[in-house]
This record gives sequence, C-alpha cells and structure tokens, in this order.
Amino acid sequence: MPNLSERKIPVPEQNPDERKKNFSEVTLGYTPEMAQKEAERCLNCKTMPCMSGCPVNVKIPEFIQKIKEQDYEKAYAIIHQSSSLPAVCGRVCPQEKQCESQCVRGKKGDSVSIGRLERFVADWHMENCHFPVKKPEFNGHRVAIVGGGPAGLTCAGDLAKRGYAVTIFEAFHVAGGVLMYGIPEFRLPKEIVQKEIDHLKLLGVEIMTNMVIGKVFSIDELMEQGFEAVFVGSGAGLPRFMGIEGESLVGVCSANEYLTRINLMKSYQEGYDTPVLSSESVAVCGGGNVAMDAARSAVRMGAKKVYIIYRRSENEMPARKEEVRHAQEEGVQFLTLQNPVKILGDENDRVRALVCQKMELGEPDISGRRKPVPIPDSCYELPVDTVIMAIGTSPNPLLRKTTEGLETNQKGCLIVDESMMTTKQGVYAGGDAVTGAATVIMAMGAGKSAAQSIDEYIQQKRTKQEE
Amino acid sequence: MFRIIRKKKLNASVTLMEFDAPFIAAKVKAGQFVIFRVDEQGERVPLTVADSDPERGTITLIFQVVGQSTMKLNALEEGDSITDLAGPLGMPTKLPEQAKKICIIGGGVGCAIAYPQAKSCFLQGMETDVIAGFRSKEIVILEEEFRKNCHELIICTDDGSYGKKGFVTDALKERIEQGNQYDAVIAIGPVPMMKFVCEVTKPYAIPTIVSLNPIMVDGTGMCGCCRVTVGGKIRYACVEGPDFDGHQVDFNELMHRNGTFHQREAECRLLAQADQL
Ligand SMILES: Cc1cc2nc3c(=O)[nH]c(=O)nc-3n(C[C@H](O)[C@H](O)[C@H](O)COP(=O)(O)OP(=O)(O)OC[C@H]3O[C@@H](n4cnc5c(N)ncnc54)[C@H](O)[C@@H]3O)c2cc1C
Ligand code: FES
Repeated sequence: MPNLSERKIPVPEQNPDERKKNFSEVTLGYTPEMAQKEAERCLNCKTMPCMSGCPVNVKIPEFIQKIKEQDYEKAYAIIHQSSSLPAVCGRVCPQEKQCESQCVRGKKGDSVSIGRLERFVADWHMENCHFPVKKPEFNGHRVAIVGGGPAGLTCAGDLAKRGYAVTIFEAFHVAGGVLMYGIPEFRLPKEIVQKEIDHLKLLGVEIMTNMVIGKVFSIDELMEQGFEAVFVGSGAGLPRFMGIEGESLVGVCSANEYLTRINLMKSYQEGYDTPVLSSESVAVCGGGNVAMDAARSAVRMGAKKVYIIYRRSENEMPARKEEVRHAQEEGVQFLTLQNPVKILGDENDRVRALVCQKMELGEPDISGRRKPVPIPDSCYELPVDTVIMAIGTSPNPLLRKTTEGLETNQKGCLIVDESMMTTKQGVYAGGDAVTGAATVIMAMGAGKSAAQSIDEYIQQKRTKQEE
Repeated sequence: MFRIIRKKKLNASVTLMEFDAPFIAAKVKAGQFVIFRVDEQGERVPLTVADSDPERGTITLIFQVVGQSTMKLNALEEGDSITDLAGPLGMPTKLPEQAKKICIIGGGVGCAIAYPQAKSCFLQGMETDVIAGFRSKEIVILEEEFRKNCHELIICTDDGSYGKKGFVTDALKERIEQGNQYDAVIAIGPVPMMKFVCEVTKPYAIPTIVSLNPIMVDGTGMCGCCRVTVGGKIRYACVEGPDFDGHQVDFNELMHRNGTFHQREAECRLLAQADQL
C-alpha cells in the first residue's frame, strides 16, 4: 500500500549527548519495516527524475520496487549494476543535491529517502549474503592502478571481473583513500571500507601498499614492467592554507592532518602511538564536509568549544545538510559571515586566538552565490588554541612532475579525453585527480568508465597485434 | 612486512638497522628518507636513509632512541619485521654545480645522515672534509665509515674527551680561516647546530645546505604537517625537502613546531620507563 505521508520515515540516530563522546556511527540505519514503509512512499514515476539526478544513473525506482517486494538481494543487484560501493555511497553521497533533489515527492513534503534505502539494501547484503567469490580467469593482460581511493578501487574491481590481473599501488599503508583517512568512523565505519577492499582481494586484485608512485616507480617504469595500461586515481590530497599571518604557529593544522591522525592513525583509540593536538577550543575554517568532519571529530576528542568559521551564510555551505544538522546538535557553533584574517600566538608560538572579520553578502559572483564582502572595522579576537584549515585541497603535483607527457590544467588537475585517457598513451585517470575535490560517487563513476575504456583499449591493441 | 637483517648498537642510544627493502634500495639517493611504522598501532615516522645496497636489496637506517616509536623499533632483533617502510621520499641532495670542495658537518645522530652525503661526494671525486661533533667520546659513531669516505675528518667533542674540544662551528670557522675554500657546506644535526653553522657560513657567502627534520605524517605532501618557512615562503619538507638553503630557513619556527607534541612524548617516555621497571 502506498505511503502518502509527506514526511520521510525518520532514521534512528545515536543521541547527540551520547555520540559526542564516542566515534561509533551516528546514523543507525533503517530496519526492514522502516525501509518497507519508506519504499512505499516512492510513486515509481515513469519518467524516473531521480535517476537523472544520480551521477551514475542507479535505477532507483527499480531497486525501491524490489524493497517493496522484500527482495533485498535483487534490490542490491540492481544498485550494484551502476555503483560498486553502495554501502559507502548510501552513507556519504550528498543525496539532497542529487537524486533526492529531483524526487517528485519533494515538491510537497520530503523526497523519498533514497540514500537511506540504498544504505539499508547494502547493509542487508553485507549482513546476509555470503556467496563465495570466484576469481575470474586471467585474460593475459596486466593493469596498474595508482591510488586506492574509490576511483582506483572501482576501476580495479571492474577490470578484475573482466579477467585482468590488476595491481593497486597505494602510497599509504592501507588502501581506501579518503574513505580511510578522511571521512571519520562515526560517519563511515572503516569496517565497511575494509570489506570492500577484502572483496577485491578475493577477485584477485593485488594491493601493494607503501608504494609512492613517482618515487619508488615512475609511471613509465610501471609500463616497462609489463602493465599495459595505468589508471591514475591519486585524488586531490594537497591541502590549501589561507596564506594569512600566523599559519605556522603551533596549533594550526590542515583538516587533512587532523583527520588523518584521528582516522587513519587512530589516535583516538587507546594503544595507538600517533599523537593529535589536544584542544580546549577549536576554530575550523571552512564550510564543506571536510570542515564538518574536522569539527565533529574535535568535539569527540574532548574540545569544550568548537567553532565553524565560514565567510558566507549557512545557505551557501557546501556541506551536506545532514552533516550541518549533526554538527549543530553536537554543539558545534557556527560563526557564519566571518572571515579569518590572522592567527595570534603566545610567547611560545602557540595559538591563542583567531582574528575574524565580519562579512555581509553582496552581489552574486560567477558561481552564482552572493559574494561576501568585509564589513569595515569589524575584526575581533576569538580565543582558541587550535585552528584547523578546511578550505579545500588540490591534486598532488608529484605524478605530473615525475611523468613526462602527463599534462594538467591550471588547477593541477590531470587532463583527460572522453575515454578518460590522459595526455599520455595508455595512461587513464579519474576521480579527484581529474575533477579536483569532488565526491565519492563521482570518483566511483569515473573508475567505472575508465575500466570500460581500458578494456576497449587493450582489446583493440590485441586485435591489432593479431592482425 | 620488512625484515631486519642486521642490527648493531652504535652507542648507548643509537642503533643501526639494515632492512630488506629491494624497491627502495634500487632507487634511494643521498638525502632521501623513508617513513616507517613498526606495527599496526605504530605511528608513521620519517628517517633519512643512511646507506643502501641495491645489489643486496637493503637499506640502512640509523636512529637515536628518543621516543615511543624508536623505542619500539629498537626492541626488535635481527629476523624480526616491521609492518611498513615507504620510500624513497623527498628530493635527493643537490649540490651547487661544479662543486669541488665540500665540508660536511654532522652533529650527534645527524652523522648518520651526514655519512651518505660524505660517501656520495667522496665517490664523485670531490674534496670532502667532514666535521663530526658529539657530546663526548662514548657516543662517537661511524668514525671508521667516515674515514674511508673523506679526505679530512675532524671529530669534535663538547667536553674534549675525544678529538678536538669544542663545537662543530668552532672547527668550521677555523677551517675556513685557514684558507679552505668550500664550494658548499652541508650541515645535518640538531636544529640549533644547523642554525649556528649557517650563521658561520653566511658572512663568507658559502652555500649551506641543511637537512630539516620537521614532524611528518604521510610524507607525500598531503597533510602540510611538515611545513617550514624558507625565504619567507611555506615549503613542504617531505616533498620539496628535506634539504633547503640554510641561509633562508626560519629555524626558530621549526624548533617551536617540532615541540608540538613534546608533552605527550615526555609522558610516553615515562610510561615506557615505568614498564621496564
Ligand atoms: C574529510 C572529507 C570528507 C568528505 N566527505 C564526503 C562526503 O560526505 N561525500 C562525498 O561524496 N564525498 C566526500 N568527500 C570527497 C571524497 O572523499 C572524494 O571525492 C573521493 O574520495 C575521491 O576519490 P579518489 O579515488 O579520486 O581519491 P582519494 O580518495 O583521494 O584516493 C586517492 C588515493 O591515492 C593515493 N595516492 C596519491 N598519490 C599517490 C601516488 N603518487 N602513488 C600511490 N598512491 C597515491 C592516496 O594515498 C589515496 O589513497 C570527502 C573528502 C574529505 C577529505
Ligand atoms: S608530511 Fe604530510 S605534507 Fe609533508
């Protein structure tokens, strides 16, 4: 029976006072009954507007139909045709800007909670389906993947299924990219990412960690070693700083550093050696997911006061709505329309305050967002002991600098053609390394298309050789 | 996993370890470093490579036991393995073109890094002088190795218990005033030592390269933790360094930044000592 309620079924969450003290997942996910009821809100529109909002065109009404029929495994199979990482995307996709923004139900009331349904299906699959994975037969061709983030993992999985011998070269001591080092445990349990990685290993994908390509091997050397194509999914990990006075003081760090220490190096857990700043009051500069993750991590690390400093208003914040709400519930204070101008230190060069200037919204700029303009004489000192910069990242120049023929645009992003081939023959790229910092689903989608192109490229080469 | 194939105690607090790491051994050049992690709970710690043997596929690390991670590493024996070793990272040392006469200065455990520099310069046929400074006689390391790889070796001790009494800066000044014309000086050691060496060479306009040791996490340029100010600009020591023009480095800032986790490090040491009791 269709559910005509204008409101979506709420999802159980850990209570804010409780979750502030732990790193366990905040959103607990739908039960089968809740998923059923929410699925019944889907009108199964013929035109499928939601699908057009999905960067990888998951057949959304079809999988929701299967939930209605309680055929969860089929629902999973439908999602999996288009997305390799449903358990991850169901948790971290900005659905309100994608599929859910197009949902007809959203015109009057809430849109169908597509993300939560996706997560439900993926979790159900992980819990209940344990099919033995069969390693596909080797087709005689080897492909190297540089970087084990969502783009690299997806590309590796798709190629392995087609019989390629795939090796992932990952710079860190574990694969997973941002899913492991950036996005915190309370939003994306690392166990889920690890399961995806373990699944790839069963498919025969080899993962070599501690391999910084450009240093230990160049891309050309990989080709000489017999890899017929290379996929570069090296992300956009280079953090930006603001260039303001005081950024080298003790107590200023990038969100990447703060989050890596916590997530990847597990400094929040007893028994792990990596230290992290212990802070009383923290200012996080920025308004994206990264800023929210850093602020919410700081709360959990015991900071008494945590501020988000953002120069536009809350409406313009690029972070997911849910993240903003969660941060607010956890006591993070939002100082919007304020711009950090200077960081002040004490006699030991440790941060003591952030000087902020108040802003107001002026005319829209090229991005269409109203441009913040400083209000004269509005600077004030915000007493903090830690400043975390979360104002964006760009691709690491390491590979470009060490690979002849690999070209980038002005922003340092690798240039690719429609087939995702870079300016170097046989070298493909996708994900944040090409787009600049974007989303998991886009990186995943890029990995998928690149796998398709790499397959065509190698098959064509083979046919030519046989002729 | 990376196996320890040789362990040798160089003095009471400095240990040499040779690791099986063929990929790194094949590539590493003087001045580059690796990041190690002892076990699954371990932190990522940078160490400059002291020596390498591409044929045997090994690299040598020399470290002073100063904190939790080096204590853990030091507790391992030949045949044991560590979980991670990533490298070679950073840029190889770049000497001024056509440099003919070089002075290499090592302070304490910094000699471990000064040594591959001396070896590399010496093998390239440069006239290589080495000034190695230690607190006292008991902690002198690598004397034999240096002797084989330089023209003149001057050992200084702070207390005069061995070699010349005094600091490396005194010895350097003396050498310069005696008329030795160095095309470059390479200084590797504690931050204050490098700072003072730079102050000595500056009036003579001798290009001085220092190897910086800021705190690091990834070692690939993605956290910014290792940032140092050189010539007024922020540089990432892990990718653009660890070597920089010493006359441009803001040493005071580096000293402060290196103290970020001092409190916690001191606590760890106390805990570890308590464990041993
Ligand atoms: C804190 C944070 C929160 C985020 N939250 C969200 C969210 O909620 N929703 C969302 O959709 N997106 C989010 N994003 C963005 C999303 O995570 C990225 O867009 C996505 O991970 C990009 O995937 P990728 O595979 O291109 O690169 P990455 O995930 O960055 O992976 C790149 C990998 O390549 C490795 N590598 C780099 N250089 C080399 C080299 N030379 N040799 C070998 N390996 C190398 C890196 O170590 C890394 O493992 C977030 C990002 C951050 C930082
Ligand atoms: S150590 Fe992270 S950027 Fe250098």
